[in-house]
Amino acid sequence: MSGLLGSTRAEVLRLRRWPATWVLIGVWFALDLAFVYVFNYIAYRTGDVSGPADRVPRAQLLAGLLPDAVPSAAVQGTPLFGGAIVLILGALAAGSGFGWGSWKTVLTQGPGRGTTFGGTLVVLALTVVGLVLATFALDLAVSSVLAAVEDQPVDLPSVGALAQGVGTGILVLGMWCAAGVLIGVLTRSPALAVGLGLVWALVVENLLRGVADLIGGLAVVTDHLPGTAAGSLVGALGGAAGDRAPGVQTILTSGTAIGFLLGYLVLFAAGGLVLMRRRDLA
Amino acid sequence: MTDTIVRTDALSKRYGDRLAVDSVSLTVRQGEVYGFLGPNGAGKTTTLRMVLGLVRPTSGRAVVLGDAPGSPPVVARVGALVEGPGFYPYLSGRDNLRVMARYQGVDDRGVDAVLDRVDLRSRGGDRYSRYSLGMKQRLGVAAALLGDPDLLVLDEPTNGLDPAGMADMRALLVDVAAGGQTVVLSSHLLAEVQEVCDRVGVIAGGRLLAEGTVAELRGATAVLLRARPLDLALAVAMRVSGDDAVEVVHGGADDALRVHAGPELIPQLTRNLVGAGVDVLEVTTVERSLEEVFLAMTGAPMTQPAGSAR
Repeated sequence: MSGLLGSTRAEVLRLRRWPATWVLIGVWFALDLAFVYVFNYIAYRTGDVSGPADRVPRAQLLAGLLPDAVPSAAVQGTPLFGGAIVLILGALAAGSGFGWGSWKTVLTQGPGRGTTFGGTLVVLALTVVGLVLATFALDLAVSSVLAAVEDQPVDLPSVGALAQGVGTGILVLGMWCAAGVLIGVLTRSPALAVGLGLVWALVVENLLRGVADLIGGLAVVTDHLPGTAAGSLVGALGGAAGDRAPGVQTILTSGTAIGFLLGYLVLFAAGGLVLMRRRDLA
Repeated sequence: MTDTIVRTDALSKRYGDRLAVDSVSLTVRQGEVYGFLGPNGAGKTTTLRMVLGLVRPTSGRAVVLGDAPGSPPVVARVGALVEGPGFYPYLSGRDNLRVMARYQGVDDRGVDAVLDRVDLRSRGGDRYSRYSLGMKQRLGVAAALLGDPDLLVLDEPTNGLDPAGMADMRALLVDVAAGGQTVVLSSHLLAEVQEVCDRVGVIAGGRLLAEGTVAELRGATAVLLRARPLDLALAVAMRVSGDDAVEVVHGGADDALRVHAGPELIPQLTRNLVGAGVDVLEVTTVERSLEEVFLAMTGAPMTQPAGSAR
């Protein structure tokens, strides 16, 4: 246990001082603010002229901007760009050390391979949890301000709804982050890992869904892929954002989606751990 | 103090159809500086990676400090610099060592101590990516020294350094060797090994060719003979000391013979030479250099063009 604590402290130090970590976190917050609040608020304010508000009723736009909608709004970006960002984080955190040679150094210092790599997994898990909690705090603050500005009642969401939203965010981002870690360890190259991971998350799953329309029986597979499960869990939250956000699905029930996300999360993390423990570091 | 720190038993590693390490059985004893000598690509690094538990052997086994390589209690007592330093480029030298100290579970105070030891303390706050190669190598040695390990494995610590950097590193190695830790030092440079090592293992083509003290490996002295005519002298010398014990040493117009035999052969040899009508110009005993030993064992010069050592 002390070994895992030491590894965790070591990883906290090196990931905290890594500019890439903060760039990715900053990009997530910027995208979250832009797509959940800034663009929708602009559309709402200018809705009577032109723009997307022609298709979305202004009342629905406003509802999505209020504190009550935070549990679904804060996670609507997680299946697609949120997932992509934490996938990059996971792939870089796990994969960069092969090119730098730092894994080689760390594994001759650390308390054994499993415990050493466990530190990385723990810190990434903490990062994902912290990221989701901070996103909810930020979105609650922004939406409360918007509600005040628009003379709307500041109705905070129920604790249950918040917990459900936070849990959804952690599960979806955690799964994608673990996927990044696994690809990073598999490829031993951050560039290849990030590239392949993004192609999968952003392109391949969508293409496969297209193919599934042509080939009977393939849909059973494509309906249970990581991206679909993530999108379905977020879609199951419903909310004002509905299924407008890219990547959000209503294919699986929330129970099935949770099962598959947990399965993928454990599979990816354990896969990375097993590879790291067993494989030659040449 | 004859406790065995490292023992490998027919250790082998196969990459595809290439046998990188072929049945290497070596022994490193407590408190000694063990030189692991061989040309680039001989299998030094792969052997050391197996000893450190970074690479699994295809067959054979290694015992380090009485346990399996790479097991937590062993890792805690071993410090290593393998095939060049590997650190986080965006962190300072000191922060890199602090990360390693946390992994080891040792106090941060050790960090400044090892920075001092490798003469990097004043540059400890600089980013690793701005270090010169020599400084990076020294930081690698500092990381290996961290936590005061019982066994230090340094793989080609002078590789790629300029003469000044090499001199610094050699001084550091002498200092470390004097510290009483058991050190395994791999090198393709004989001078380095001859200078600081108690015992040497010679490896080439993945096979351990010899193991022993430097003196043992250099073995008996040889006899250098200059005589005219050379072909007649060669015939006599071969008759006296055996066909395989004589070689012609080319020294421009002044060729000579090297007879692999001790000084006790000289009277008999000169008597026979004179009896055969050979003009003997010079007979001297010469000590073989480690380089010559190596040449004799491998048929290849130590300093062959750098091949792939990976």
